[in-house]
Parts: sequence; C-alpha cells; structure tokens
Amino acid sequence: MKAAVVVFPGSNCDRDLAVAFKAAGADVTMVWHKDTDLPEGTDIVGVPGGFSFGDYLRCGAIAANSPICGAVKTHADRGGYVMGICNGFQVLTETGILPGALLRNAGLKYICKTVGLKVETSQSAYTEGYNAGDVIDVPIAHHDGNYFAEDNTLDRLEGEDRVVLRYTDNPNGSLRDIAGIVSDNRRVLGMMPHPERAADIGHGGTDGQALFRALAGQLTTA
Amino acid sequence: MKATVHVMLKTGVLDPQGEAVRHALGALGFEGVNGVRQGKVIELDLADGTSEDDVKAMCDKLLANTVIESYRVDLS
Repeated sequence: MKAAVVVFPGSNCDRDLAVAFKAAGADVTMVWHKDTDLPEGTDIVGVPGGFSFGDYLRCGAIAANSPICGAVKTHADRGGYVMGICNGFQVLTETGILPGALLRNAGLKYICKTVGLKVETSQSAYTEGYNAGDVIDVPIAHHDGNYFAEDNTLDRLEGEDRVVLRYTDNPNGSLRDIAGIVSDNRRVLGMMPHPERAADIGHGGTDGQALFRALAGQLTTA
Repeated sequence: MKATVHVMLKTGVLDPQGEAVRHALGALGFEGVNGVRQGKVIELDLADGTSEDDVKAMCDKLLANTVIESYRVDLS
C-alpha cells in the first residue's frame, strides 16, 4: 500500500497519521500543499488533522483551494482512496468531495477527550475490521466538528449505508450523531475522531488500529 | 472600487455563537432580545471594472460555503 499524507501549514497530525500508516505496512510519502501531483502509484491519500492555514475564514477552506487538493480531487474522481481525519474531514467537505459541512461545536467549546463510537457498518475498506454494532473508543480534539447537512442529504447517507461511525454520546451537536461518513463509492472517508491516536499501545488505546490494518489488507491485495 | 460581502449562516442552520451572545445580553439585563445571528463582513478593495458576477464567483469559490452560508454583495 502506498500512502501519501498531505501537509498544510498548520497540520499537526500529519506525522501521527504517517506512523499509523507505516505500522500497518504502508510506504508513506509526505506531500506538501504546494505540490500539484501525488506520487506515482498512490493508493490512498491521508488528509490529516490540525489547523490548516490557522482555520482562517472557515476550517479547511483555504486548504481546500490549495494546489495539492486539485490532485486529491482528481485521485478521488478516479476512484482512489482518500481518508480525511478531523481538519482533513473539514477539508474534504470544503472541496465538495464529501457532502455536508462541519459547524462550530454546539456547546461552543473545544473538546479534547476520548469518546465512544458505534461502527454502523463493516461494508467499507476502513471498517471491515470491525463488526457492525461494535463500540470503539477513539479520541476527538476539535472546535468545529458539528456535522451538518440538509435533511435529504442525511436521508441519502443513511439510506446508502454511508454513515460509518456515530457518537454513542454526541459531544458536539452533530446531526444524527454522525462522526464519520464515506463517499458514494465508499472509498473516501471523512471522520472527526482520530483513529491514528488510538493505534499504538502507547496511546492508551488501540481501537483505531483495525481501521489501518483493514485498509492495508484491502489495498495490498488490490 | 470596494465591495462588501456579508456572509451569514442560512436560516435553519444552528448558530451556537449567536445563541451564546443572546444569552450574554440577557445576563447583562438587556430584555427582549429574541434572537441573535452572527455572521461576518468581508471588505474587498478591487480593481475598477470588477463586476458583481466576479465578486459572486469569489463568494461561491471561497468566501462563503454555500452548504451552510448565504451571502450578499454590496458594490460601491
């Protein structure tokens, strides 16, 4: 599996994501936001958490218009895998690769804690290492993680089994407790919680590990 | 020439910041504040001849996220 991790000014989970990919067996290349192309043969693009461009204007808005995001969009349009975590999820919604938007947390506070997530479906390369109904513990760390989309979009996401993760105890006001969704071809994942921060025994939890291992299994045999 | 862009969350989109301001005004003793919506104002200093359509394109592409926000452009 060849992974590319995008780095924006203000990204701060890029190395953590690279470590999690490597631990699952991936070759990882870091890609700068000014680059216009992904490395040849990239299987999956990781868009990491952090505060790209200082969250100016809207979280992820400036990053979504950076040169590398054109290449990420082309990769996704071609059926490539893309995984956006936290700020990366915000970037993917701002590019329009994933539907909806992330609003300010309903309680207005930045929240940094481990939360329970219910795996809603194992029908994706990201969640096939879990059973539907599993509850996993994964940290969140965000100020703007309140998922919003129009009712018809939410209905479509649910109808197409694209809500892959839900909060067991909604921390941020996300509509229908949504913590993570996939694209219509199920290859682009956006999630606010940080599986790369629960992927090593030293993190205090390893519930996120299965996500990276499943992905590596899927993309190595592909 | 100048353009002023007003960006607001769409009706129906929860505005927790506006709600917090409303609560704070109530706590200060200002009565009758039934609702507060908070948005942003962006001032653009533009080359002469820039059209309203150009500014709208800027809004659609970057200045507003039309999934959650609406905008108004004033040219002067």
